[in-house]
Amino acid sequence: MPVVKPPTPPVPTVTRQQRPVETTPGPVKIDVQAMNFYYGAKRALEDISLHIYPNVVTAFIGPSGCGKSTFIRTLNRMNDVIPGTRVEGKVLIENADIYASGVDVVKLRRRVGMVFQKSNPFPKSIFENVAYGLRINRMATTRSELAGRVEESLKQAALWTEVKDRLQESALSLSGGQQQRLCIARALAIEPDILLMDEPASALDPIATQRIEELVYHLKKLYTVVIVTHNMQQAARVSDFTAFFWLGRLVEYDRTDKIFTAPSEKLTEDYITGRFG
Amino acid sequence: MTRDTLRRDTLRRGISAVFVAACGASVLIALVPLAFILFYVIREGVQALNLELFTHMPKPAGEAGGGMRNAFVGTLILTGLGSLFAVPIGVLSGVYMSEYRGTRLAIAVRFAADTLNGVPSIVIGIFAYGIAVLPFRHFSALAGGIALGIMMIPIVARTTEELLLLVPGAMREGALALGATRARAVFSVIVPAALPGIVTGVVLALARIAGETAPLLFTSFNNQFFSTNLGQPIASTTVQIWTYAMSAFEDWHRQAWAASLVLVMFVFVCSLAARFVTARVQRLRG
Repeated sequence: MPVVKPPTPPVPTVTRQQRPVETTPGPVKIDVQAMNFYYGAKRALEDISLHIYPNVVTAFIGPSGCGKSTFIRTLNRMNDVIPGTRVEGKVLIENADIYASGVDVVKLRRRVGMVFQKSNPFPKSIFENVAYGLRINRMATTRSELAGRVEESLKQAALWTEVKDRLQESALSLSGGQQQRLCIARALAIEPDILLMDEPASALDPIATQRIEELVYHLKKLYTVVIVTHNMQQAARVSDFTAFFWLGRLVEYDRTDKIFTAPSEKLTEDYITGRFG
Repeated sequence: MTRDTLRRDTLRRGISAVFVAACGASVLIALVPLAFILFYVIREGVQALNLELFTHMPKPAGEAGGGMRNAFVGTLILTGLGSLFAVPIGVLSGVYMSEYRGTRLAIAVRFAADTLNGVPSIVIGIFAYGIAVLPFRHFSALAGGIALGIMMIPIVARTTEELLLLVPGAMREGALALGATRARAVFSVIVPAALPGIVTGVVLALARIAGETAPLLFTSFNNQFFSTNLGQPIASTTVQIWTYAMSAFEDWHRQAWAASLVLVMFVFVCSLAARFVTARVQRLRG
């Protein structure tokens, strides 16, 4: 009988500059190098450097206003739509800088999907919501292929059984939790590499939250998942790696169990034990 | 409670009652003209209203009977032409103003639209006369359509802009995050989300221009005969009402009242439809 070894994810350690360095070789999906981010003259993120690994869930935690949402939105250049924002430093996704000149933002966002804090289904049918990305990116040539991909995405988002008989109904008729899973299905439909989730469960009740968490757990098999959460228990439950942000800085970044059991930084410990934030 | 506070309390209640009464009286005064217009138009119009009005052509002056089929068809053609010009231009300028809000051009366009909206309709008629009648040396339905279109553009543009701004920014981000270009996000998500409201705005603009006379006097003029030729003068309900009301014939007066009633009803139905759509949309949005 073969001995089954548990997989060992790469273990980053944190140097003095809070830069995690891999101790075991492994591919890096997203490599952020010395990033500063500005809203006008105000610096919102300061010298952020970290590696995000494929097929794991990486959680960003920290108090409100610490920059975690701003940071996740730099990973698909969603901040570009806000006038007066500026990025310094590099964000490499598979070794290509997404802020280099000539990068096609539309293609980038196809590869790096995003789910938002507040579910934002389009005022179209359930089917059309999921089909939207497929249509605009011309990912289905026939009607049956489109229908197949929509079904598959809804199944991946664990929503199919609830909506399969009402695909033509308005997406706005779904409950909050269902709407959020629909948005996840919509993001998954275009087969991104990376899925960014900005507090996807913060507006949901505990049962809906649990379903999203279970979903996140399964999604990491296929995607690189980055999740922002203000809920530390949630980070502990779903993530493999956790980054703690405070006042626009990355304080500590490590394996989730380490962060929650033996953080290196006093600040992290104070935050996760609820002494502030 | 001392006597002093009691007196102040009475005074406060008194002032409040006076203001409430003043507000109520103002509302009544504002409603009186509408009530009178409706009362007279309905009382006079209903008597003359019959099917013949819509199906028959005008009889020669002085002869009883006849209708104004040419005028109703003319109004349909003129408002249709006006919408044909105004809806695309108005909606696209509305999109521009909401997408590029804050830019100098958008602010200038908004100001221009508001100014245009305030330009007296007779001036717009003269302008259309200058560009679409003089060069061809004759009145035409097309010129009338242009005049009405110019009146419609600012209404449609401003309504579109305001409704697009009401669409949550999250929807735009959702589309962009799926790899939509800006134009794609606007035309496949944001405009459709605002569409019922935009349609409402167009309907209200239609109701507004259907009742216009002044811009048509120098442009589409009038036509005693049935015409659908866009290059020729064309009859319209409003100009016909004006002609008939100024005439010396009792029968024409009655027909003018009936046509007025039809116009008022058209505006009423348009407003009602607009309200209905808006209410439905608001219910759907939750």
